Amino acid sequence: MVNIKIPDNPQYQALTLTLKTLKRKRGPTIEALHRAQEIFGYIPEEAMYLISKELGVPVSTIYGIVTFYHFFRTESIAKYLVNICQGTACHVKGADKILRIVSDELGIKVGETTPDNLFTLSTARCFGCCGLAPVMIVNEDIYGNLTEEKAVEVLREYKKKEENN
Amino acid sequence: MAKKNTILICNGAACISSGEERIKEKLINKLSEKNLTEEVDIIETGCMGPCQFGPLMIVYPEGSFYIKLNEDKIARIVEEHLLKGRPVKEFTWATPESRRIGEEKKQLPFFEKQFKIVLSNCGRIDPDSIEEYIGTGGYEALGKVINEMTPEQVIDEIYKSGLRGRGGAGFPTGLKWKFAREASGNEKYVICNGDEGDPGAFMDRSICEGDPHAVIEGMEIAGYAIGANQGYIYIRAEYPLAVKRLQNSIQQAKKYGLLGKNIFGSSFNFDIEIRMGAGAFVCGEETALIASVEGKRGMPRPRPPFPANHGLWDKPTIINNVETLANIRHIIIKGSNWFNSIGTEKSKGTKVFALSGKVNNTGLVEVPMGITIKELIFNIGGGIPNNKKFKAVQIGGPSGGCIPENSIDVPVDYESLTNLGVIMGSGGLIVLDEDNCMVNMAKFFLDFTVDESCGQCIPCRAGLRQMYNILNRITRGKGELEDIDRLEKLSNIIKKTSLCGLGQTAPNPILTTLKTFRDEYIEHIVEKKCRAHVCRFEDAEVKDKDEKILKVS
Repeated sequence: MVNIKIPDNPQYQALTLTLKTLKRKRGPTIEALHRAQEIFGYIPEEAMYLISKELGVPVSTIYGIVTFYHFFRTESIAKYLVNICQGTACHVKGADKILRIVSDELGIKVGETTPDNLFTLSTARCFGCCGLAPVMIVNEDIYGNLTEEKAVEVLREYKKKEENN
Repeated sequence: MAKKNTILICNGAACISSGEERIKEKLINKLSEKNLTEEVDIIETGCMGPCQFGPLMIVYPEGSFYIKLNEDKIARIVEEHLLKGRPVKEFTWATPESRRIGEEKKQLPFFEKQFKIVLSNCGRIDPDSIEEYIGTGGYEALGKVINEMTPEQVIDEIYKSGLRGRGGAGFPTGLKWKFAREASGNEKYVICNGDEGDPGAFMDRSICEGDPHAVIEGMEIAGYAIGANQGYIYIRAEYPLAVKRLQNSIQQAKKYGLLGKNIFGSSFNFDIEIRMGAGAFVCGEETALIASVEGKRGMPRPRPPFPANHGLWDKPTIINNVETLANIRHIIIKGSNWFNSIGTEKSKGTKVFALSGKVNNTGLVEVPMGITIKELIFNIGGGIPNNKKFKAVQIGGPSGGCIPENSIDVPVDYESLTNLGVIMGSGGLIVLDEDNCMVNMAKFFLDFTVDESCGQCIPCRAGLRQMYNILNRITRGKGELEDIDRLEKLSNIIKKTSLCGLGQTAPNPILTTLKTFRDEYIEHIVEKKCRAHVCRFEDAEVKDKDEKILKVS
């Protein structure tokens, strides 16, 4: 096994603690990964090794699961995760235009992070808010019935908030 | 003392994102300012349906249905309606007709043709309160089966009701239960499939958020019927609110002795655990779902053996959709004859649909089986916005297809829809108008299924990708007429040879559009023209999907 040093900090301690309880459940791997992503915002390599060690599952299997599911990320994200829904209802109501303008506004492509580490741009398949299509989610906040202007406005609000801080 | 007014505020996901929290806060402040706090009850409910018009609230006893609320409107409503007893008519959702008679919700065309069984509590009770659920007859069905019925009688009742799986395929629920009951072994499982992966579908989400106890009660009855003591709810991680409400409901039910050990003082034990999905469309397929509940990659496996014999951890397992389970308690209490009397000859009961796309009233609706697609879109949905022309309706998500204008008189039942080459699916209905390009829609769905293919079997993994590349060429003006034959040929091979439902149904969006909108395909190829002005032809270079990856040998 590759010798990976698992950092000793509060985040990893919290994960270790969670894993000790999860261990008692049957088939806990996916749940463990959810907890890890909650703690770190993504799933770092070291966390995969820690989960592997604690649950007794080969790290290759863990990596296979992480990369199979869209929900898990292996790259860190910025303070604000901007998710543009590309579901069917949003698509027929012009989600591609929203994505284009947001990408222009932030100056990044899907999957990228702005240099100031404020925004990461991402797309999603459907949030189940189709009644409000097209939809954009920034972290937990949902913005519906978007127009190109409204989307830009929302992002500028976030930028302004940061400048004031 | 009875309060003067009761206010129901919609706390569904769509209304929350339209600012429900702010509205509620304003309402509470304004009420206390006017010393009305003691006279008004405020109840936050699940989804009321017409999401387009959120935030929503209903004020009883008048039944005034206020829509598109903002803080100014709330201030007016408190002063006029709640203080002086004069409903503010201009803020209510009303047709000229209903405005004259009164504001009763029932009179609105959006609600008039609906028939609510599964959604009967959604938008009427506080989903976080088990007391309110019990107040509507909740857990009565569970008590009845445990105290008065044998498992066989329960299965028989469900079978006779004619209830079929609401996840899309329409397998008779009673039969599924019977197979699992008869399977040998003491350890059996009930799984609730809440992995609503179809883009454009939000029925299960709304049920879990609006009436979570109904799902739990349905699972317990299923567990009693097949002889299982453990259930799992598999739900999308993208639905945090639904997860929270289900978790809360499980805790409450346990506290009341309605879940856990010795339910209703009997020897029946049943526990429920929530398992979160992680964003894989293929996990809606039952064998893939089982793998995912076990914590593995969600790869489907060949059937038989069916999960009823070899399911979760290789034990007999039934997998029922959220909506199917939410029907159970009503059938037990009102009887199979009652349920059987609703719907068509082969499709009984109601179906919940999520209406979205180019339609005036988007939202969540429940209709009796047999209603026509036309009624759904033009009566309940209120037609197409901006005087645009209706083109087609997409049903069944990426596994479904498009119903064109000349077929919208089709009744909503499993067989009629299958005859059209589409499927009932889980209930997403996306309306398309003249500004939507059908070739682009076909490409959109293939883009989805290519990404979601688990990669296990070749027809799905490689075949769908080839189809996508062909469609991509056509939408860029680089297609040739032979491409249409190639698409049809590939579609038929993929349908016949794929391992699981994802691959077997993935060509449906292409086949249905090729059948009814073939002229649009030809127009793209021959005239390099897109009548909806969606496709752009100026781009000279056309890249295949993930070209980089394909070139690695």
